[in-house]
Formats: sequence, C-alpha cells, structure tokens
Amino acid sequence: MKIGIPKEIHRGEKRVATTPEAAAQIIQLGFSVMIESGAGLAANISDEAYQAAGVAVVDQKTLWQDADIVMKVRAPERRPRLGIDELAALHEGQTLISFIWPAQNAELMQTLADKNATVLAMDSVPRMSRAQKMDALSSMANIAGYRAIIEAAQHFGRFFTGQITAAGKVPPAKVLVIGAGVAGLAAIGTAKSMGAIVRAFDTRPEVKEQIESMDAEFLMLDFKEEGAGVGGYAKTMSPEFIAAEMALFAEQAKEVDIIVTTALIPGKPAPKLITAEMVQSMRAGSVIVDLAAEQGGNCELTEKDKVTVAHDVTIIGYTNLPSRLANQSSQLYATNLRHLLTELCPGKNGVINVNMEDEVIRGATVIKEGKITWPPPPPTLSVAAAKPAAVAEAVIKAPPAPPSVLKQLLPLLIGGLALFGIGAVAPESFMTHFTVFVLACFVGYQVIWNVSPSLHTPLMSVTNAISGIIVIGAIVQVSSPAVGLLAGLAILIASINIGGGFLVTRRMLDMFRK
Amino acid sequence: MSHSLVTMSYIIAAILFILSLSGLSNQETARRGNYYGMAGMAIAIIATALSGAVSISAYPILIIAILIGGTIGSMLAAKVAMTQMPELVAIMHSLVGMAAVLVGFANFMDSASGLEGVEKTIHEIEIYIGILIGAVTFSGSVIAFCKLSEKISGKPLLLPGRHWFNLLLLVAVFILGAQFLGQTEEGGGSLPMLFLNHNGALPLLIMTVIALVFGVHMVMAIGGADMPVVVSMLNSYSGWAAAATGFMLSNDLLIVTGALVGSSGAILSYIMCHAMNRNFLSVIAGGFGTASGGAAAVIEGDVQPIDADETAQLLLDAKNIMIIPGYGMAVAQAQHTVYEITKLLREKGKKVRFGIHPVAGRMPGHMNVLLAEAKVPYDIVFEMEEINDDFANVDVSIVIGANDIVNPSALDDPNSPIAGMPVLECWKGKTTIVLKRSMASGYAGVGNPLFVLENTRMLFGDANATMQAVLKALRG
Repeated sequence: MKIGIPKEIHRGEKRVATTPEAAAQIIQLGFSVMIESGAGLAANISDEAYQAAGVAVVDQKTLWQDADIVMKVRAPERRPRLGIDELAALHEGQTLISFIWPAQNAELMQTLADKNATVLAMDSVPRMSRAQKMDALSSMANIAGYRAIIEAAQHFGRFFTGQITAAGKVPPAKVLVIGAGVAGLAAIGTAKSMGAIVRAFDTRPEVKEQIESMDAEFLMLDFKEEGAGVGGYAKTMSPEFIAAEMALFAEQAKEVDIIVTTALIPGKPAPKLITAEMVQSMRAGSVIVDLAAEQGGNCELTEKDKVTVAHDVTIIGYTNLPSRLANQSSQLYATNLRHLLTELCPGKNGVINVNMEDEVIRGATVIKEGKITWPPPPPTLSVAAAKPAAVAEAVIKAPPAPPSVLKQLLPLLIGGLALFGIGAVAPESFMTHFTVFVLACFVGYQVIWNVSPSLHTPLMSVTNAISGIIVIGAIVQVSSPAVGLLAGLAILIASINIGGGFLVTRRMLDMFRK
Repeated sequence: MSHSLVTMSYIIAAILFILSLSGLSNQETARRGNYYGMAGMAIAIIATALSGAVSISAYPILIIAILIGGTIGSMLAAKVAMTQMPELVAIMHSLVGMAAVLVGFANFMDSASGLEGVEKTIHEIEIYIGILIGAVTFSGSVIAFCKLSEKISGKPLLLPGRHWFNLLLLVAVFILGAQFLGQTEEGGGSLPMLFLNHNGALPLLIMTVIALVFGVHMVMAIGGADMPVVVSMLNSYSGWAAAATGFMLSNDLLIVTGALVGSSGAILSYIMCHAMNRNFLSVIAGGFGTASGGAAAVIEGDVQPIDADETAQLLLDAKNIMIIPGYGMAVAQAQHTVYEITKLLREKGKKVRFGIHPVAGRMPGHMNVLLAEAKVPYDIVFEMEEINDDFANVDVSIVIGANDIVNPSALDDPNSPIAGMPVLECWKGKTTIVLKRSMASGYAGVGNPLFVLENTRMLFGDANATMQAVLKALRG
C-alpha cells in the first residue's frame, strides 16, 4: 500500500510525520512511501534526504490522490487562505493516521466518517506497557517538558545553577513543577541538569518515588486522597483537597522563580491552579510556563500561544512546544508511527489490517470504514487497575506472627537431650573424639564465615584437597594382608584428590590479580 | 616414630589446615594458605607412614598408589578449563566418598580391632555411618558431575511419591543397621564368607546399595539452577564422611579435618540457600528445586531488541557501567571477550564494575574464578550486597546469560517461584542490556519482567559472538 506524508499546514507547525530513517524501515515492511515536496524543511530534513531513503517526493495533489494511507501530525483542516482543504482532498476509503482529539472535534469526526475513511488517532493509543513505543502523547510530552524549561530559561534573567564567582554569589534558581506526568518529569530532569533546585507536586502519591529518583523534592500535601484515575491519568479532586493544594501553591509562589504547570485531566478544561494573586506574589522577573495552555491553562493569566507579562512575571502560553523542537519531535513521532504500522502490518507485506481484536489498535481506531468507533471500551490493563489488588495484598500481609517460644527452643532441647543421651552410654574414648569433633566444627564455622565470597570456588577445591586426608585412614590399613589391596585403592583415590585439589587451587589463586 | 610424635604431627597438620582455610579470607593471603594446606598434608602423610602402622612390605603399594593418584590429580588440575571447575569439584567429592566407603569396608573386614562391649558397638555404628555417608556422597557426586557436564539432563527427575521413597530408604537403613549390629555381636566379618555366616556383611552391603540409590535419587531430583547448593552440600557431606572415618579409626586428625570441611560445605550451602531464599533443612534433606505456589503473574509486554552497534554506542555514552555475568557467560566462554571490552572501556575512562550474585553459575564463586581467569582485576568485581544500592548511579548494566538473579518478580510477585530471593536490582539503573540466546515467544509467557521493562534492551545471540561484535563496534 502507498503511504503519503503531506506537509503540515497548521500555522506554526514545523513537524513532519516521518523521517528518512523511519521511512526506510516502513519501506522494509512492504509499503511504498511518498512525501510532499518540502514537508521536512521546517524540521531541517531536505527532500534529497528522503529520496536517498527511497521515498518518492511528489506534489500535494498527487499525494492525496494516490495515497492509500495518509500520515500526518495535526488533524486535517481547511486553510482557505493557502488554498488548501485537506478534508476535501481526503478521498473515500482512505486511511488517516494523525492526532485527532476526537472528544474535542466532534464535527471533524463526523466529516471524516462521512468520507467513509478509516481513522487512527495517535492521541487515542491506549496507555499500556505494550503500546508505549507508539505513545506519541508521551514522546511529545517529553519534548514539551524539556522545551518548557528552555523557554523559561530564555525569559528568566538569571542563571539556573548556583555559582560562587569572584564577582559575588549567585543563588540557584528554584523551579516548581506541578504535575509529574511525562512532561513534568522531563521538565524536572532538564531543570535539574541545568543546576536548579527543583520541587514538584502531583495529586498522585505514587509518582513521589519517580520525582525523588530524579533528585527533585516531592511536595507533600498533608491530606489523604487517591488522585489516580483510569489509565494512569489524574482525576478531579475533592474541594477540600483543592483548597489545601492551592494554599501550598500560594506559599510556594512566594519562594520559587519558575513555575511549570502540566496539570491536565482528560476530557476536561485544565484546572486553574495559579491565581492572579499568586502571580502577583511572585518575585519580579519570575517565569511561568503553562503547558496546559491548549486546554485553557493552569494559570488564570495565561493567554494561549502568547508570551505575556503580568505583575512583572512572564507567562508563557505556547501550545506548540514540541513543534519548537521540530527535528527531535519529528524523529520521535515518526518512530511512534512506524511502530504502529508494524503492529498494523504483522505480515510485513505492505498491507495493513485494522484488527479490532487487538487492544492497542482497537483503542487507536476512532473511525473504521465510516463508522465512529470512539470511545473504545475502557482499557483493562493499566497501572491504576492493578492498584486495588496491591492494596488487598498489603492487608493480607499482616506482620508475621513471632515464632512460638516452644518452636524456637524445641531443636535446642532435642539436641541437648541427644547429647546427654550419648554422654550417658558412650565410653570415654568416644567422648574424647567427640569433643575434638565439636570443637573442630566450631573452629570451622568461625574460619569459613571469614572467607571472601569471591574465593568460594578455591575454598571448595582446597577443602576437596584436605578432605583427601582420608588417605591416612587408608595408610594405617595398608599393611593388613586381608585388606591391603582395598586400602591401596583408597590411597590412590584419595591421592587424586590431594594432588588435584591443591594444584587446581594454586592455579586458580594465581589468576586472582589486582 | 613414637605415638606422641605422630600425635604432635597431627596437631601441626590440623593447625596448618585451619590456617589454610583462614588464609582464604582475602586474595593476598590465599596463596600462602594453599601452601600451608600442602605442608599440613605432607606432614600428616609422612607421620602416618612412619608411625609403625605401616609394615615395610606395604611401602611399595603405598608409594605407588600415592604416585599414581598424585599424577592423575595433577594432570586433571593442569588440564581442567575454568568453566569446568564445578564438574571437577563434583567428581573430587565423589572420590572422597568412595575412599570413605573403601576405608570403611577395609576397617570392617580387618577384624583385629580388639574392642569389647559398648566400645565395639560404637565402633560398628561408626563403620556403618561412615560407609553410609561415603556412599551417598559418592553416588550423589557422580550424578552431580553427570548433570554438570551435561552427560545427563539437568532437568529434575521427579518420581511420584519420592518423599515416601526417601522415607522408605531411611527406614530400611535403620532396620539394616539394627540387623548389622545384631549380627556383628556374633563375630567380626570377612567378606568371603559373606552369605554363609551371620557376620553383618550382608546388611552392610545392602545398606551400601541403598545409600548409593539414595544419593542418585536425591541429586536427580534437583534442577540445574540449584546446582550451587548441591555442589556445596556434597562438599559438606564429603567432610562428614571423612569425620566419620576418623571416628571409626579413632583418628583425631581425620575428625578435625572432616569437621572443618563439613562445616565449610554446610556454611556454603547455607549462603547459597540464603541467596536463593530456600530453606536450609529442606535442602539438606534433598528433593528441592521444585517450589510450587500460586500461578505466577504472566508477563505482558514487548521486548525491545538492540544490535551490537547500538550497544557499543550506549556503552560509549555511559560513564558508569555494571556487568552482571551468569551461567550463560560460562557456557559461551565469553569471559575473555568481556574482559577485552572492560579493558577498552576502562581505558576510555569509564567506571566498569562487575556485580556477582552468590548463586550465579553452577557453584559458589564460579563467576569470580572465570573472571579471574580472564584477568579481570578482582578489585572491580563486587558482591551483590556491596553494589545493589548503587544501581541508581549506573548508566548501563549488561546482563550476560543470567536470568533469575536479575528477575524483579522475586521482589514484587509473591507467587513467583523465586519470590523473596535477593536479586541484583539492575532495573534501577538507567539502561539494562540483556544478552540472551533467543526469546522464543514474542509477547506473553516471558518469565522475567525485566526483559519487557521500558529501560531494558535485548541483545540476542550467542554471548561470545555478540560480545565480539560489540568489541569490534567499540574499536571501530
């Protein structure tokens, strides 16, 4: 089948849906790939680079006409000013793979369904471990988080890292990241690597460990409420929780220099977390990066797609952060798409099979041959779903009952009785030997615990050698005519042990060098 | 030589043996310790030979036997490959067991003990127990040897009702023991009159056969991955066999040495059991390695393969590298290539360390010996406890032919067969590369969730071949 990659027409969109590397791998799956001339230019990929990978470079019209599958970044749209109408260009029965956001774009969905198209939405790929490699939301969020810090640094008038210079001491910047999803964690990592002091907050307590693993400080809220919703995303919290949370932010706003907000709740407007008063309380020159600007923003003063200054605080409301790192995001997005194609085309024969039995493909497919199949049935496998089981298990795992006194003492008791039993009947000569035996066991116990674990193999071979001491048992019997031969054989065997054991130990020990 | 002089020699020999073992506490003193052991052995043998117990006419046999045995042993020691150490150790255990059996029979047939009453009974018991332990050690070690050298399958042989079978054997041993004691009351035995006289020879022989069967059955029931426990357990048994012989011959040196070896093996078994989270007693009794429980969680996910060039790139980008070898490295003989890579990376200023799990390989300390053979300096080889907390700082961990020892489900899946076993927590590092021969099933049924973790990459192929490729990529 033919795959077409048009140039993105959304204003300011610099990404492209495939790279030469990804295209080469798609071609290996049996597809033929064509790309609209100049599609990769904004992401610094030339037409020649695509051609070198075996991709046909065509004009826009041919592309939409010939392609069986169209892969894009943004959902198709109409740009009458440019004279382009992607919705009109999409022909009957074509397959479209791109970001769609079906919940927000009911009209678009209807138009696409009317075209009898099959549509896979990259934003609807279910969140499960098997689908991670196709999870474009995560790969884009990762980039957005990184870029958020870069944008903040751009508008922040100081160093991120603390320094002590001849010209005076520079305190490190303090960064607060709200929402530790993929984007939040990427922002934490980036800010941390630039030397800032990073704090982070999330309603889901289970991300505490992740935040701390990145050396950031997790801001605890003294309030118990489970914040994880279905599919590992956050959910709306109770009013009491929100009040406590807002108090925390108000307090933090006075201290920190940079706030990155990434709080989103699926299918709902972004929660307002940073009020105008909080902005006012921040130090002059501080920066707020609002990654939720697309959904209305976490900050009251955020303006979508704009950088504004209010109360001497710069508020960045860019919604196209991944596009601002176009080459990187194209590369990751192209890889996500390629993985999805691999799933769609298990036979590697260049024909896709939209298998609705497959949970990942089912989730991603929002329109199948003109029928709207969104929303999919709720995913069965998710981080959150596993939670109740874990809780139940924790309950079962009550502290183990301490072993009863009898159980502890019984072996000692039996051992003691046995020893006394032997002592009662055994003659003195035996007891002498027995004393030696028991003492030797204890000496052995003390000595062996000191042996370095790396020398356990030499220990075994040297004990092999010295257990060849059994040879003296045979030697004392070798003179007896009745058993001389038997003893001789025993001597021979034990000598193998002695010779072999010591020599192989020496050989091994000679190898241990600093 | 007077009796006192012989005893004094024995004391010196015993001290030398103890020094020999305590020398193994670190690498510097270990070589000296080995020489102490040799000296102790030489003193013990010479003192015994001159003690007057050996008649002049027996010297030829004595000397020839020692020479032949010593030569065979030396040849074995010089020839054996380090990867075959577990086999060598196992076969040497069997020799101790066999020697113990032979000495026991010789002692039994040599009726001139001149003991009476309780002392005689105790002597008979000592013979009986000595032969019993020796025979179990012998046949168990032979089976262990066959399993280790893959002459027979490493899979556990689980007979139905095997515990009852073991119990039956044990009961039979007790009954035969009683018969043996009863019959020897009537007179010491000599083998030629075996079946005619009631001299105890028959029960003794039957018991030996039962002990042999028991040894075979015990080791047959044990799976390949549990071999470290088996080997150290047999090590322990061989010591107890020597100690029992010492009781039989009233020889304190044998008792001391046997006790040393026995407790050494027991401690090693304990360490191995602890490292695999198994019960010590159930191991000593045999028939383990078949932990059952609820169904372990099925691992779902997709592995992410990687090739040698990408591996090399990851290694070049990393600062802190951990190598985790397992039995697969021994099988593929990859230790030399691994060292070449280590050397190259260290020259590039990277921190390369080795993390060794106590039960990696087929016997205690197996990996250390292999790495030492490949000239890896021992100060970059670390034990699990030493480095497990440090994985958060590790950029790349390379797992070479290991599986269970890096299995996260040991910690978090209570139904996993290896639940509770301490493991190397390599997944806490940034990236883990797992070298594995193949992954039969793509999606489900993977026993190790490490393989499907987000930060794990799988490098498929023979460990040595892939390591060679990585080395080439690193150089190129």
